[in-house]
Amino acid sequence: MDKTINQKAWFLVLPVFLVVAFSAVLPLMTVVNYSMQDTFGNNQFFWNGVGWFKELLDPSTDLGGRFLASLGRNLLFSAIILAIEVPLGIVVALSMPRDGWSVAACLVILALPLLIPWNVVGTIWQIFGRPDIGLLGYVLNSIGIDYNYVSNALDAWITVIVMDVWHWTSLVALLCYAGLKSIPEAYYQAAQIDGASRWAVFKAIQLPKMNRVLLIAVLLRFMDSFMIYTEPFVVTGGGPGNSTTFVSIELVKIALGQFDLGKAAALSLVYNLIILIVCWVFYTVMTNAGAERRPVEGGA
Amino acid sequence: MHTIPGRRLIMALFLIFLLLPIYWLVNMSFKTNAEIVSSMTLWPHTPTLQHYKRIFTDESWYSGYINSLEYVVLNTIISISVALPAAYAFSRYRFLGDKHLFFWLLSNRMAPAAVYALPFFNLYSAIGLFDTPWAVALAHCIFNVPLAVWILEGFVSGVPREIDETAFLDGYPFPRFFIKILIPLIASGIGVAAFFCFMFSWVELLLARTLTSVASKPISAIMTRTVSASGMDWGLLAAAGVLTIIPGALVIWFVRNYIARGFALGRV
Repeated sequence: MDKTINQKAWFLVLPVFLVVAFSAVLPLMTVVNYSMQDTFGNNQFFWNGVGWFKELLDPSTDLGGRFLASLGRNLLFSAIILAIEVPLGIVVALSMPRDGWSVAACLVILALPLLIPWNVVGTIWQIFGRPDIGLLGYVLNSIGIDYNYVSNALDAWITVIVMDVWHWTSLVALLCYAGLKSIPEAYYQAAQIDGASRWAVFKAIQLPKMNRVLLIAVLLRFMDSFMIYTEPFVVTGGGPGNSTTFVSIELVKIALGQFDLGKAAALSLVYNLIILIVCWVFYTVMTNAGAERRPVEGGA
Repeated sequence: MHTIPGRRLIMALFLIFLLLPIYWLVNMSFKTNAEIVSSMTLWPHTPTLQHYKRIFTDESWYSGYINSLEYVVLNTIISISVALPAAYAFSRYRFLGDKHLFFWLLSNRMAPAAVYALPFFNLYSAIGLFDTPWAVALAHCIFNVPLAVWILEGFVSGVPREIDETAFLDGYPFPRFFIKILIPLIASGIGVAAFFCFMFSWVELLLARTLTSVASKPISAIMTRTVSASGMDWGLLAAAGVLTIIPGALVIWFVRNYIARGFALGRV
């Protein structure tokens, strides 16, 4: 099914273009403007060229040190949660009941954490993990594990990671489930006739079929974990010390806390650029995967 | 669909893991503050509705829910109505710069809200929309419109092109075809897209908090007020939290059969 070339289609796209341009391009221009200037307050600005960017990428300065440290923490965080959520999501999707009312029940419960406002997610875990009034913190401490996410950096990390797994594994699971549902029963029958093992079925049938949805899952999870703000902010406030200060938290501290517009703007642009590059890589891989798949499907 | 050994146990454990923290919040919301602080109880021993009563009678509390719903609904309507024609265009036609435009839209879905918080504050203050539901609704378009286009494009592509051609041959003008034929055909897709717009606008806090001060403050921002001189009002915080979960839980029920497909952005 080839698409027809029709330049009038632009008229249909125009509303979207205008709305998004209003919310994206205008503010971004402000950011670019700020990133090149310095201010002593009173709305007096002067030209600073690429000064902020130099500082930002130089770890020996205060700004650069903070940025690179938070970037490192953020990448580590994203890597850990991807390593946990993707396999766990696949396992959960494979564990879905086959049919009946329990399917609907499982779907609704799985989707529940996704619909909770992010700061409430933070509140839930803040309460749940507290040693004095939270079930988790209380139980851990009473069986002799010294757990306190407010003062111990490792505990804070574990809390934030478990919270993210709680919050988002369902997304991966639901995506994988959608992928699994699209596999025709005939494939399994063929595998059975061939005497394929459980693992072989997974590797040869289920995994390839989940390829595309897994890419979407990884893309969404990477992006969202890379710009995570609200949940760790509510639970740990970026602490103890700076141990859970991720890039967004650092950025909001500089922009809205210290009102350091130039620094914040430079940081925003570099941050956005990183996301854009990763996004583009994923997008290209995804569209290529789709293009490669199509002829095979047509032949089958 | 083939599953794995021990699946019931795995599923049960995972669901317990999901529900336990929520249970704890609900549990706390029915306790008195004295009970919360003084003892560890697995269920409320002296159940009370005082926290809920306070939220439903105090205007500064319940107006937060109304404010939140206001901008969420506004955002959903704007997002869907601009995204529908665009989704059709992306699905049916090729035009100059279509791929770049699509990627540009996608990249906005991925832009960190923290980057836009300050410029949005400046922009909406400058045009006099600050502290109105419109500011938040428009700001949330930045990630919801691309998402809606993405989801709807998947659903429109599922409609056979012959239907368009037949309609045009029958002399339907484009707007009439769109409203009378296309929209009913992708009604479930519109439902799914609306669900996702609702969801992402409902859960977002950073922009909603930055763009409002008094009149349109969302409930999630009001919740931070429970810290007072006498310490945290944990019960009230928990009750407010529980009430923010309910709208989500309700809409999930309506779209439960489409959830999986929707999360795959209509591309399974």
